[in-house]
Parts: sequence; structure tokens; C-alpha cells
Amino acid sequence: MADNYTRFVNGELGKKLAKQLGLPRPAVLRRYTPGAPVTVGPVLIVADDASAADADSLAKALLAWDVDVRRSTEGAADVRWGGVVLVGTAAESPEAVSEAVLALGSTLRRLAGNGRVVVLSRAPEAGDAPALAATRAGFEGFTRSVGKELRGGATANGVQLTGGAAVDSASALGTLRFFLSAKSAYVDGQVLPVGPSDPLDDVDWQQPLAGKVAVVTGAARGIGAAIARTLARDGAKVVVVDVPAAGESLAAVANEVKGTAVQLDVTAADAGTKILEATRHLGGLDILVHNAGILRDKLLANMKPAQWDSVIAVNLASQLRINEQLLAAGVEGLRIVSLASTSGIAGNKGQTNYAYSKSGVIGHTAATAPLVAELGGTANAVAPGFIETEMTRSIPFATREMARRVLPSLQQGGLPLDVAEAIAFLSSPVAKGVNGQVLRVCGQSMVGK
Amino acid sequence: MSTTPSPVPSTREAVIIGGNRIPFSRAGKKYVRTSNQDMFTTALEGLVARFGLQGERLGEVAGGAVLKHSKNFNLVRESVLGSSLSPTTPAYDVQQACATGLEAAIAVTNKIKLGQIESAIAGGTDTVSDAPIVVSDRLRAALLDFNHARTTGAKLKALAAIRPKDLAPATPGTGEPRTHLSMGEHQAVTTAKWAISREAQDEVAYNSHQNLARAWESGFFDDLVTPFKGLTRDDNLRPDTSLEKLARLKPVFGAKLGQAATMTAGNSTPLTDGASAVLFSSRAWAEERDLPVLAKFVDAETAAVDFVHGHEGLLMAPAAAVPRLLARNGLTLDDIDFFEIHEAFASTVLTTLAAWEDEEYCRTELGLDGALGKIDRGKLNVNGSSLAAGHPFAATGGRIIATAAKLVAAKAAETGRPARALISVCAAGGLGAVAVIESS
Repeated sequence: MADNYTRFVNGELGKKLAKQLGLPRPAVLRRYTPGAPVTVGPVLIVADDASAADADSLAKALLAWDVDVRRSTEGAADVRWGGVVLVGTAAESPEAVSEAVLALGSTLRRLAGNGRVVVLSRAPEAGDAPALAATRAGFEGFTRSVGKELRGGATANGVQLTGGAAVDSASALGTLRFFLSAKSAYVDGQVLPVGPSDPLDDVDWQQPLAGKVAVVTGAARGIGAAIARTLARDGAKVVVVDVPAAGESLAAVANEVKGTAVQLDVTAADAGTKILEATRHLGGLDILVHNAGILRDKLLANMKPAQWDSVIAVNLASQLRINEQLLAAGVEGLRIVSLASTSGIAGNKGQTNYAYSKSGVIGHTAATAPLVAELGGTANAVAPGFIETEMTRSIPFATREMARRVLPSLQQGGLPLDVAEAIAFLSSPVAKGVNGQVLRVCGQSMVGK
Repeated sequence: MSTTPSPVPSTREAVIIGGNRIPFSRAGKKYVRTSNQDMFTTALEGLVARFGLQGERLGEVAGGAVLKHSKNFNLVRESVLGSSLSPTTPAYDVQQACATGLEAAIAVTNKIKLGQIESAIAGGTDTVSDAPIVVSDRLRAALLDFNHARTTGAKLKALAAIRPKDLAPATPGTGEPRTHLSMGEHQAVTTAKWAISREAQDEVAYNSHQNLARAWESGFFDDLVTPFKGLTRDDNLRPDTSLEKLARLKPVFGAKLGQAATMTAGNSTPLTDGASAVLFSSRAWAEERDLPVLAKFVDAETAAVDFVHGHEGLLMAPAAAVPRLLARNGLTLDDIDFFEIHEAFASTVLTTLAAWEDEEYCRTELGLDGALGKIDRGKLNVNGSSLAAGHPFAATGGRIIATAAKLVAAKAAETGRPARALISVCAAGGLGAVAVIESS
């Protein structure tokens, strides 16, 4: 559900009024519904000359998804583009990309509401010639700037191939599809590094998590409950975990997603072992979402030990301990997704404890990634920006409107579902090449690095 | 007098997978205006969530309530229909006063043992806060006459028979219909007969609170209880009570006995609201789903005593049921690791234990060769019982079974040897139900 203001400015009167007064005009974002087409319209793929072959193989993949793919704008003067993909994966000099970039620019006025711009490039690597490194790095700032120019719920994101990953590998295509689709409604201005992975196999895009067993902590309400619903929608069997005191709503969530409820405090010394035990009868653990988290906001000067310590214990130390126990147990192919926060990246007044914990999550995710990779798994983090939840409803009006309207390019807060979609994507088999990354779900909020 | 018990016929096993209850709440507090059906549905929903039973067609669900409105004639079935279980799960109501929950468990486990069903839930619920109010017999008669009357004259005549005093509602009581004595007054007689001291009763109450509090603190109930209406723990629990505080309470029962009354609000159970449910199955059913098995429901026995014309105490039936159950299973008190004796009153527990220790009583009343024996008090209600948790009549059986099953499972895991628990529940009407469960 869009917030009241968004609903208002999308009505007849509100639209006129907002335009005349120069008020923000957030769009109603398109969210994923099972069975809906990937994009809202045809997809154009543009590329520099060197990247043409990569562009062609992408076009082939998109055709297999029943997307109306075009390699040129010829005869498409009336088309409202559902997406434009810029491929610069083989570009070797800044001058070589100008034609393709301007071609993309010429289509932006014809980009449909909730349209998508996705930029495929390669990450600069050690040993790159300076010109090559510049060519590749340039796409990052470019993508973020495009994101800020788009209107009407359209977004711009980047797939940045690393380690020689092929454009038609599962993770490159899976990430491209995520960014093109409505599942990334509130992901904007993000450039996600994607490493090598197997070629794309037959994927059931309706049930990408079929046969998987997922554990979601802090799942009794809010974002955690949305994650449980989304993973279940995608086919996973879900075990929902929350503190015993939240058991009533936890049981309701479990029954709604046809899952299992486990009343467990994640700070318990044996929480990891208990989580493993809880999944044994389902066939073992495949996906773990570290969502449990608390807030104890206080200016550092006034911070009491209990306020600092409890936030660190729940948001950070518990994740470390649980991961350690799961690694020690040798869980194979484990996909870990942890909840970070834009506060952990940009910092937030009154949230030194929270920001430390969330920044810490980003740190341990990078360090855990190679450890789980040895057993065929991944560890990633999702950093939500302003999300409309019961918790954020209690933020004072002015601060809340600032966070909603002014900071993000999309001029609105995200929904718990938007965070859940990113997590479902990162836990899915096609995202196996994405490891140790932080994906922001913030509507391109202009905070942080 | 007694016949040699026949051996337990060989049937397959019925196992206990786990339980769920809502926190018990003293009457008139958290669950005011919450119906039996709401509470039992909630207990079922927590159990469904714990074991992922959404959409499952279970063999059956049996349970009941002691204080039940006539509109709840199908209480358990209605609760199932309001739950996430498959609507094709059959259900029926059971009512055996405070033994309702345990009797429901006996019924469903027998069906499992016979192979009639593979899985079942047994439980119970009771609310004093939402108890049905009954009109007086005279008002009821007048209203029925009014309903049957065909002419206006006859209708007016029927209504004219109503007197102001007939309008006072008859609230449900715990009085025995045949003796008009409350349960407490009955037990006061038994307590005096066995010369159970006030101190001994207060000690049982104190231990109950201490043990239950410790169990809560240790997280024992994390997978046995699901919070409800904002209540996360049994609100009758007084972790800070002391023998001194208990000693200061005034006696409430037995004042007319002519000797020092000993039963107080502290060593008697309070009126309580709550609901519980326990999941049972055949071993194959549990194994197919890879569900954990806590214990086997080995065997059960019910008994009744003649408290109306005879000289036996109202709540003494378990004293008779236990020796019969043990004999049939070739067990003695020494074979039991945990004694779960429902604390209707502290003195109920103590008179039962005293009876088993009394050689003459066991010979003349129970037909044994001598005293049944003395139990190790360290094995008694180790995680608290009704004095601390409260006693929503029909919900108590389920609370005890789930607790006992978890206790024997933990003990067996710790020692590597099988562990057993004896469950004993006394009930109005001179009834008692007892059962043995064993780690699996």
C-alpha cells in the first residue's frame, strides 16, 4: 500500500496541485505479483561496438522470458519502453561508450512508468590498464546519476560483473531479471557486483525457492513477517523464529505461511544449534535470514550500558555466534542474508549503537562470505532505507517526511515486501555468484557512501 | 477383594510429540470476555504452528471444558474449524471434571494404539471469567411454560409465576450436587482425617511456586507455551512468595470442623482461565514427518470413590487408581522418575502420598498386601504444578502431560536410560485419572 500522500498526488486533484506547487510527486510503485510479465513493456538493449556480442546473448536470454526484446529503436517511435539495458561489458575506452550511452539517453523520455534502466558492466580489476579501469568505473557514477534523473517509479541499477563472470551466467542473468522486474521496486541507484556462476539452467521463476528450507529470525512482525511470506511464496518451507514473548503473532505468521514457529531468543548461547535442530525434520537448513534486530536510540552522551549492549547483542553478536555454529556444523550450500541498514552506512544521530551493529553486520558479511563459499554457500546483506513499518510510524512527522520524500529518488518509503524481495533474490539459486555484498533497498536515498 | 490384573494387551505405541498451552491466568484478569472456544482455538493454533500441521487431517481432536455453555455443544469441533488444521479433522467433546484433559488423552491414545487413528490432539479449556450464567430453576420453568403456552392468557399466567427472587442468576459453583459441600470443604475433611499439617501444605505450595518459576526462567516453557492477549507467563505464579508469607494467610476451608483449619488461598488452587493441547501419534506417523518423539503414553487407569455414602474423601480416587495401574504394568513407585500429582489443593497431594504410605489403608481400602510405598519428594512436581500455574480445570491434564513428556525425554537423554513419569489427576464426583508415560 502506498502512503496517504502518494495516494493523494496520484489522484486527479492531487496531481494538479502538486504540479503547481512544485511538490514531490512520488509514483505508485509496481510490485511483483506471481505470473505478471517481467517488465511493463518492451526492453531495448543498447551496447557499444565491442560489447555487441554480449548484448546479443542477453537478448536471447530475455526472449526466453517472453520479454519483447529490441536491439534498435527502428520502427519503435511509439513504444513506451519497459526497460533499457545498456551493455558496456567489453568497452575499453571512455570514448567508445559515448554512442551507446547517448542512445540510452534518447530513450528515457519514452521510458514507461515503473520502467527500468539496467547497466551491465565489468568491475575494474587489479592489473587493468588505467583507461580500462576508468571505462569500467565510469558506469557506476553514471548509473547512480541516471537513477536520480528518472521519474514515475522508474529505477536505474547496475550489474557489475567480477572475476570474469560471463554475461549469460546464471547470476548475471538472475540479477538482470531482478533489476528489470517489479521485485526491485524500491532498489534504485545500486550497482551490484556479480561473480562467476554456472550457465543458467532451467529455472522455475514462479517458485525459485521450491524445496528449500529457510529460517527467518525476528519473524513475528514487520519486515521479518514479510520475509517469511515472500520466501514461502517463492516455494521455501519457512521456520519462523522470534523471542518467546512474541509467540502469539509468531504462531499466526507460521500458520499463514504453512511453516513452523520456534520461540527462541537469538542471543541464546546455543541459538545456532537450536536453529539446526528446528530444520532437521524438514530436511536441513538452506537459507538463513538474520533479521532479528532492536532499536535503543539515545545520543551517545546519554547512552546507558544496557542500551548499547542489548543492541550489539541482538543485532550483531547473535549473528556472529549463530554463523560460527552453522559453519562448525558444516552446513553445505548455506545462503545467509543479514539485515544491515542505511544507518549503518551513513550514520544516524541517536543511533550510534544501532549503526555500530549494522556496520558490523556489513563487516562480518564480507568476512563470512569466503568461509561459506568453501561449502558452496553465500553471505550477503540487505540495507533497507526508510521502510513503512509499525516502528517507523512512530518517528516524528517532519523527520519521517524528510526520510520519505526528500532523501530517496523515489520520493517515498519502501514496504517490508521490498526488503523481502531483495532477500528472496539473494537467497535464490541464481544469485549464487553474488557473495559478500550489501544490497541497498532504499529508493536511492541520498545518504551514505 | 482385588483381582489379579491382566497383563496389558499388546498393541502398538502411542507417542507424545509435544504440547502447547496459553499462559494460565487468574479468573477476572487477562482473559476476561475470552471464550472457551477462543482459548482452545489459540492453543490449537500454537500447536499447529509448532509442528507445521497446517492443513493436516488429524485422526481426531478430543477435549472439552468443565464450565461449558450449552451453545458450545460442539466446542472442540468448532475450535478445529476455526484453526489451521484441515476442516476434515473430526473432533468430539469430553467432560470428566478436572480429569477432562487426561481422559481425552486416554481416549485418543487408545484409538492410536488400536490402529483406528494415526494422530490426534487431546486437550481442554476452561474459563471462569466467561462462565455461563444459568437462570434459576423456577425462572427456567416459567420461561419454558411461556414458550409452550399457546394462548395469551396462558402466556401471561406463565410469566405471572415469576417472583423477584427467581431473577437472581445461578452462578456455576464447585459444589458437589449430592453433598452440597464445596470441593474445598470436602478436602478439608480429608485433610483433617489424615492430620496433614498447615506447614506441610504451605511447603508444597512454596515448592510449586519455586519450581515453576525456575522452569520459566530456564526456558523450559519456550516450546510448551505460546503467549496470548499480551500474557507471556502464568500470572498466578509468585516467584517471591515465602513460607512466611504463606503462613500469614487465613484459612478458607474447614472452619466448621472444630479443629484448626489449615487450607488457605495460598495452598489451594485459584480459579483460573486457560487452555492446553497435546499432539499424539503412532510412531510411524511421527517418523514419516521426522517429528521429535518425547515419550510414549504407556497406560492409564481411572477410578472412583464412594464419597457420598462411604467414608472416602472426595479427591482420593487417584490413590486407588495408581496401585492398579502400576500392578498392571509390573511397576512399583521406585520405577518412577517423576511424579506429577495435580495440586488441586496442597493437601490433596499430601493425603494421597500419606495413603500410599499407610499400611492399614492400603490393605483395607486398596486391597494391597501392605503399604504401596513412599516416594522421593525430590521427584514430585519438579517444575511446579497447579498451585503455582493455576488450574483451568479441563486444561490441567494437557499442561501436565506435555510437561511430564519433556521431563522424561530430557532425563533419558541425560542418563541414557529410560525415564518414567506418573501422572495423577483428581476430579469432582469422586473421580480420578492416572497415567504412566515413558521416554521413547
